[in-house]
Amino acid sequence: MTTRIGVVTFPGSLDDQDALRAVKLAGGEPVSLWHRDKDLHQVDAVVLPGGFSYGDYLRCGAIARFSPVMSTIIEQAKAGMPVLGICNGFQVLCESHLLPGALTRNDHLHFICRDQRLRVENNNTAWTTDYAAGQEITVPLKNGEGGYVADERTLDELEAEGRVVFRYLDVNPNGSRRDIAGITNAAGNVVGLMPHPEHAVEALTGPTTDGLGFFTSAIKKLVNA
Amino acid sequence: MTDDKRHLDTTEHAAKTPDTEQPWSELGLKEDEYDRIREILGRRPTGAELAMYSVMWSEHCSYKSSKVHLKQFGEKAPESDAMLVGIGENAGVVDVGQGYAVTFKVESHNHPSYIEPYQGAATGIGGIVRDILAMGARPVAVMDPLRFGAADHPDTRRVLPGVVAGIGGYGNCLGLPNIGGEVVFDPCYQGNPLVNALCVGVMKHEDIHLAKASGVGNKVILYGARTGGDGIGGVSVLASETFDAEGPAKRPAVQVGDPFQEKLLIECTLEIFREKLVAGIQDLGGAGLSCATSELASAGSGGMRVELDTVPLRDNTLSPEEILMSESQERMCAVVEPDKVDRFLEICEKWDVIATVIGEVTDGDRLEIYWHGEQIVDVPPRSVAHDGPVYQRPYARPEWQDALQADDANKLPRPATPEELREQVLRLVASPNQASKAWITDQYDRYVLGNTVLAMPEDGGVIRIDDDTNLGVAVATDGNGRYAKLDPYTGAQLALAESYRNVAATGAEPLAVTDCLNFGSPEDPAAMWQFAEATRGLADACQQLGTPVTGGNVSLYNQTGDLAIHPTPVVGVLGVIDDVTRRTPMAFAEEGQLLYLLGDTREELGGSAWSQVIHDHLGGLPPKVDLERERLLAEILVSASRDGMVDAAHDLSDGGLVQAVTESCLRGGKGARLVVPDGIDPFVFLFSESQGRAVVSVPRSEEVRFNDMCGARGLPATRIGVVDGDSIEVQGQFSLPLAELREAHEATLPALFA
Repeated sequence: MTTRIGVVTFPGSLDDQDALRAVKLAGGEPVSLWHRDKDLHQVDAVVLPGGFSYGDYLRCGAIARFSPVMSTIIEQAKAGMPVLGICNGFQVLCESHLLPGALTRNDHLHFICRDQRLRVENNNTAWTTDYAAGQEITVPLKNGEGGYVADERTLDELEAEGRVVFRYLDVNPNGSRRDIAGITNAAGNVVGLMPHPEHAVEALTGPTTDGLGFFTSAIKKLVNA
Repeated sequence: MTDDKRHLDTTEHAAKTPDTEQPWSELGLKEDEYDRIREILGRRPTGAELAMYSVMWSEHCSYKSSKVHLKQFGEKAPESDAMLVGIGENAGVVDVGQGYAVTFKVESHNHPSYIEPYQGAATGIGGIVRDILAMGARPVAVMDPLRFGAADHPDTRRVLPGVVAGIGGYGNCLGLPNIGGEVVFDPCYQGNPLVNALCVGVMKHEDIHLAKASGVGNKVILYGARTGGDGIGGVSVLASETFDAEGPAKRPAVQVGDPFQEKLLIECTLEIFREKLVAGIQDLGGAGLSCATSELASAGSGGMRVELDTVPLRDNTLSPEEILMSESQERMCAVVEPDKVDRFLEICEKWDVIATVIGEVTDGDRLEIYWHGEQIVDVPPRSVAHDGPVYQRPYARPEWQDALQADDANKLPRPATPEELREQVLRLVASPNQASKAWITDQYDRYVLGNTVLAMPEDGGVIRIDDDTNLGVAVATDGNGRYAKLDPYTGAQLALAESYRNVAATGAEPLAVTDCLNFGSPEDPAAMWQFAEATRGLADACQQLGTPVTGGNVSLYNQTGDLAIHPTPVVGVLGVIDDVTRRTPMAFAEEGQLLYLLGDTREELGGSAWSQVIHDHLGGLPPKVDLERERLLAEILVSASRDGMVDAAHDLSDGGLVQAVTESCLRGGKGARLVVPDGIDPFVFLFSESQGRAVVSVPRSEEVRFNDMCGARGLPATRIGVVDGDSIEVQGQFSLPLAELREAHEATLPALFA
């Protein structure tokens, strides 16, 4: 049985097709989910893709959080379903309080698109078991509001509990606190990050294929579960 | 606008009040044009009719000054099996094989971008994307050829960051990769920056849609954003007049964009196409509803009746004239058979897109518009949309042209020592025009949609259009206003030659052309001569290269007072590549590979980057153009890609060989050792801008085969060095460490604008 991974399309989602392609290339069965539909159509895991959900005119991810599909996803995530939030998806996860902290305007005030080197700090989450701890990967990063912030206590907690999953190397591209590129919840099933692993799944179109591991990790975990 | 605000200016009222004073002049119409409208209608126009004619007969919409020259693109069009839809529709369509068709077009948004850089540039993207969408295609990529005033001028610091943020803000939010374009600085663009935007779209042959309203009883549906007061008179007030320092502020004439709404409009429209629900479709851009209704009705077989008071508004105080002229963005107009209307509206609702039936196709031959039941427009649609005025503007070669051409750049003082040569190389690659544009292009998303195979700073952008077969297209845009100033005929051909060469350098076969012709005032005989010469040159060159012009745009009045921009024809070339995995990148990445210079190098420095950077000079003649050589070079580049004979290729253009080698070395992170070929002066070797040239990196195992191919086909190929080390060394001259070159090349733009 193949693993069914759902990718939500909100109005304004942009990288949903890319995430669906990444799931397919990793050997999973991609399933499109619609923001107005509460039904997750028996998927085993969910990806919240990049983009500008509902235009992001209020605060990134703030409206998406209240969409019908999110009510089911929040419930399922709390029950342990693997959820990956990429860029706007990360913002939605923070707005949904599935992950702590928030994403703010890049400190240099410009949108930035670059090939970003990251270190995998935690390879025990649902989305990172195919990486070695400390492994360095390069995937595209593209955001205007990617500066990760949280209060000092939360940051200390994240560090102490090993919940910082990715850290920026070489350059901190957006002013994120402690170079944090991605984090997980305490259970390790919900992961959010600003960089885009789904854009690094083919040598032809990405800087590397380093992003494939996210999707193969989730598929293996679900097959073995 | 109505003679009495409380009294609606109906057609009936207009017929009874022939002597009412009308503001035709304020709306940009000339007296004889106003007289012609009266003649067409047999009475004075109503306020609403006057509004429609004024925007549709503007230079921007009617091409009244350029039409007589543009027709050469049709008359001289080369035979091409690839053309599916030609000039005249929203965009041309080209067959790229495997049942796919590609549509692409470049347009200007120059004037608005100077007034309000962010929104001007943003809505420029929005407009061209809707043109592509209206053809039935999914937009897949955008590019932006940009030109600004002097890099260090204070106003450039206002305009450039705003334009770049607008392109990024709109394009990134729309989910279209930005894969290339240009950034050029020159004082001639100080008061008239050029913000051109190109979009590429893909569809299957059977999905092509046209802008026409046929079928009596079919419904006219307006969908997308509500209509507001923004952009009123954008085409007539902004795009068709020169700027006047004394005039009133024109900011209200600039449209305001909402990329989120446009994204919904794209997805919604594509779903509507998939279910085959439209009989005709048109986007609303310049001239808004006036344009969409009159063009749809004019191209169709019947008439059209529109209830204007049903148009959803952002501002309920708008008058009918304003609604007709508004250029509010993110709107489309579709003609739909009655039994498909419900499904159409359902899909719009799914995407949260407002859709309203505003009228229907009638069996008459008039475009009639009603306001709360009273008729305010009754016109033959063709007279509005297609039979606008046509001018034979006088033109004359300016008297300064001879002196300009006599001021020979080849006679400028040259570097006397290797040290001086080295120093000038560094100055060249660090100059704003030749420096890395990463600070700008890093603000654009080049990855979204996951099909970007090559993007800037590569010679051309390459997009995969089929995941299974790896079919793809390449697009490049080029233009060199300096060359065109020296000789507009040759300059336009050089723009085509460079764009064509850039597409071939990626390994794609050039197929078709789109152009954006940016010039000064057509009322100035010198600017009009430049325009006439450039169009003639481009049409001749397209004919010779076998690449038809599929569409494009003319932007005139790029002039402040007497100061016109350099004539700047920007040419986009589309190519097809049957397997994107064989694309040729520009990076020299493999040590030990051999560098070959293809083509002939002559002493050609007129209009060159060197003459500008080192001597602030513009004079002489531009490089010679040899289109047969360009064709041969392109064939060699495509064959070499197909047979795996080269690992990298980079076209030679402004800045010459040293610029190209620097870019390819920095891109690959590897150095190069170069030997100046016998019989060439090192300075000319490095800086000449002779055309029809490229530098390629050849694996040693392929050298014999590659040489044989070039020899057999008669293309000069000269071995000039090897990829090696971490500096660029020109034997017997100088050595420049890559780190020093990188610092010089990459620090310039951030220092100016960050």
